[in-house]
Amino acid sequence: MSVQAPERRRADFFPTEEEYTGHLGWRSRKATWFQGFCMAMLTIAVIALVTLLYTIINDSFGLVAIVNQNQPEDIVADLGYDPETTGLNGITFDEMVGLLEANVSSGVGRRLEREQRFYENRLVFESDQVWAEICASEEPPSGCTAAPRDQANVFALVQERVVQPDVIASNQLVHSLLDPGGFEDEVASGFEAGRFQEYTFEQVEFEWRAWFSPTFLLSPASATPEIAGIRTAILGSMWLVIITVLFAVPVGVGAAIYLVEFARPSRFNNLIQTNINNLAGVPSIIYGMLGLAILVRVLEPITSGDIFTGGTSPSDNGRTILSAGMTLGLLTLPVVIISSQEALKAVPDSLRQAGMALGATKWQTVRSQILPVAMPGVLTGTILAVARAVGETAPLILVGAASFITVDPSGPFSKFTALPIQIFQWTSFPQEEFRNLAAAASIALLLLLLTLNAAAVILRNRFSRRVE
Amino acid sequence: MTADDRIRAEGPPSSLQKSPRPGETAIRGFLFICGAISIAITVGILYELGKESFLFFQDESVSVVDFLTDTFWQPQVGRFGIWPLVLGTLMITIIAMLVAVPIGLASAIYLSEYASRRVRGFFKPVLEVLVGIPTVVYGFFALTFMTPLLRSALGANVVGFFNVLSAGIVVGILIVPLISSLAEDALSAVPDSLRQAAYALGASKLEVSTRVVVPAALSGIAAGIVIAMSRAVGETMVVTLAAGASPRNFIPGEDPFFGYILNPFQSAQAMTGYIAITANGDLSYNTIDYNSIFSIGLTLFFMTLGLNSLSRRLVNRFRQAYQ
Repeated sequence: MSVQAPERRRADFFPTEEEYTGHLGWRSRKATWFQGFCMAMLTIAVIALVTLLYTIINDSFGLVAIVNQNQPEDIVADLGYDPETTGLNGITFDEMVGLLEANVSSGVGRRLEREQRFYENRLVFESDQVWAEICASEEPPSGCTAAPRDQANVFALVQERVVQPDVIASNQLVHSLLDPGGFEDEVASGFEAGRFQEYTFEQVEFEWRAWFSPTFLLSPASATPEIAGIRTAILGSMWLVIITVLFAVPVGVGAAIYLVEFARPSRFNNLIQTNINNLAGVPSIIYGMLGLAILVRVLEPITSGDIFTGGTSPSDNGRTILSAGMTLGLLTLPVVIISSQEALKAVPDSLRQAGMALGATKWQTVRSQILPVAMPGVLTGTILAVARAVGETAPLILVGAASFITVDPSGPFSKFTALPIQIFQWTSFPQEEFRNLAAAASIALLLLLLTLNAAAVILRNRFSRRVE
Repeated sequence: MTADDRIRAEGPPSSLQKSPRPGETAIRGFLFICGAISIAITVGILYELGKESFLFFQDESVSVVDFLTDTFWQPQVGRFGIWPLVLGTLMITIIAMLVAVPIGLASAIYLSEYASRRVRGFFKPVLEVLVGIPTVVYGFFALTFMTPLLRSALGANVVGFFNVLSAGIVVGILIVPLISSLAEDALSAVPDSLRQAAYALGASKLEVSTRVVVPAALSGIAAGIVIAMSRAVGETMVVTLAAGASPRNFIPGEDPFFGYILNPFQSAQAMTGYIAITANGDLSYNTIDYNSIFSIGLTLFFMTLGLNSLSRRLVNRFRQAYQ
């Protein structure tokens, strides 16, 4: 039994000529609009990137209104230098210490000296007797053992304690360039409105300030935005990179070799594969919680370093660089495994067969034939994964990166802060100056990531040349 | 008697027998452990999240029913209903998707169907740079650029300093590259024969793209969108910095739906935001706050796991069709 097809004439299938030509213009206009729409959307993505970079750079430089408690020129002139030729950093170490002695209260001075002493052979603020007493006490301050302060350190103290600059308002780069007078008017009207009651308008100096500067990179963190820097944070981030790499690379590459070269299809091996794919999609904050619960809390004796040092580690709990680095390592692991697997799978089978045919064992084949060929891919994937981990903030918050630390990390068991944490903290402060600092620190973080990515490219090129 | 027969009868000569290689076995064992560590991570996540959540629900002021039904999250008075936090997360995710799906999809179509090699060479790196920027920098961007922009465009009395809209838009920008690259992969995997057949029938480029190529790649595109959604749900820093730290508690039926509950111009804490803010600073163990972040973490884990599995299923379907 057959179904009768409804009878159709040819004209029903195809448009008539008028219909066709009548639609033609509209159809081609629609196609053009669509192309324009797609192009516009892509442009929006580019604009977003440009705006983001613009915002960061714009906030990192610009005019500031600054009030110095003591003018550096006056200080230098008082010491008998010519303020025209000598800056405050041109004076000698002894003169700097002398300035501190003259301007800092004895209580603050003693505190500074207990943190870190000024001279190897003599004390400035403390008496020898008291010093010997506190150093013999149960908990001697860091100054008893640490090396004396260097020139840069004392200069920072002079800036902070003697000059005491106070940025009362800051302006953005573009606005400062286009309309420098506007900023002065703004500050002036701020004074009229009674905003800066502790100063007079005559005290205010307007100057250009690069928040992102060598001094910024090299000075330690501080609660005073004028002298705060990110050395501590950069060192913290570098420690984290080292520990992340030490953990994630051997384990990740090992797991990838196992899955690609050794594992036979079995239920358990399939489970591992599915599991890795799932782990790659777990939000980073969950890894932070894992790190908090296991590394910081359960493994506290190990991660705080207590079992290695007998309880005298620099940190009294598990919130250390080691915990954070391992957390980032766990987070990076799935990505390292997946990208290494891709690289290993791309190695042609003929190499494996050649190795086997020569009588090499599986591991010998992998080590001497397959890994060298897969290396560029493995390295690139790894470095990109690590670069992502460096920018991660949420897991570090969870494992307890300290927000305010001025002492450089001394090893895997110290407390630490890292660049993204520093940016997070500064961004969440309400004062404008901290925004400038956050922007400058963002530039530093982006430059660090750029360096890592460049390293990935260079390594890849170098290795692939050697293999060919 | 041939050599073959002799081997069959006597076994291979001893020089060809498989000799034990302890080094090889040890390395094999090490590699297996490396592979198995990933299982340990998953078990660790599930165990810790589960254990702390269990302790959380053991507390007398908390019950599972209230956790799943109450619309107030006020730890100070002992009310732990997850809905305000879920509401914050969902609002931000929806706004992000509204921003990212058109931009990401249109970019992917342009790059795969229209762009010349040179144009692609320019735009692809731009999108890759967007992926590489840390999320905390996006958070800074949201707070110092997007929020002031919205406030000056829509009025400072309408838009709060912390608001869902700014966070949502910036999360959207953050996931654009994810959607565009996954969608572009799916589009370029569609066989050229389909395009050529459509052109042969007289279709315009628009008609080929939207009626032939996109439907053919649909499950691959959908997988990319779902993955991006999972990323938006788990995104922390932008949400913490820009969306504020007050959960939007509401009384269903009483509070105006669009005026208050779904108002994108005011602040609303998201799940990830709550976890980050609570954990920031010294959080002491075995407190209800400590346990509560794990219960939210567990919810978050299952939400993203569900989205990720859905995405994998879509990808597999797409693979079956074209590979």
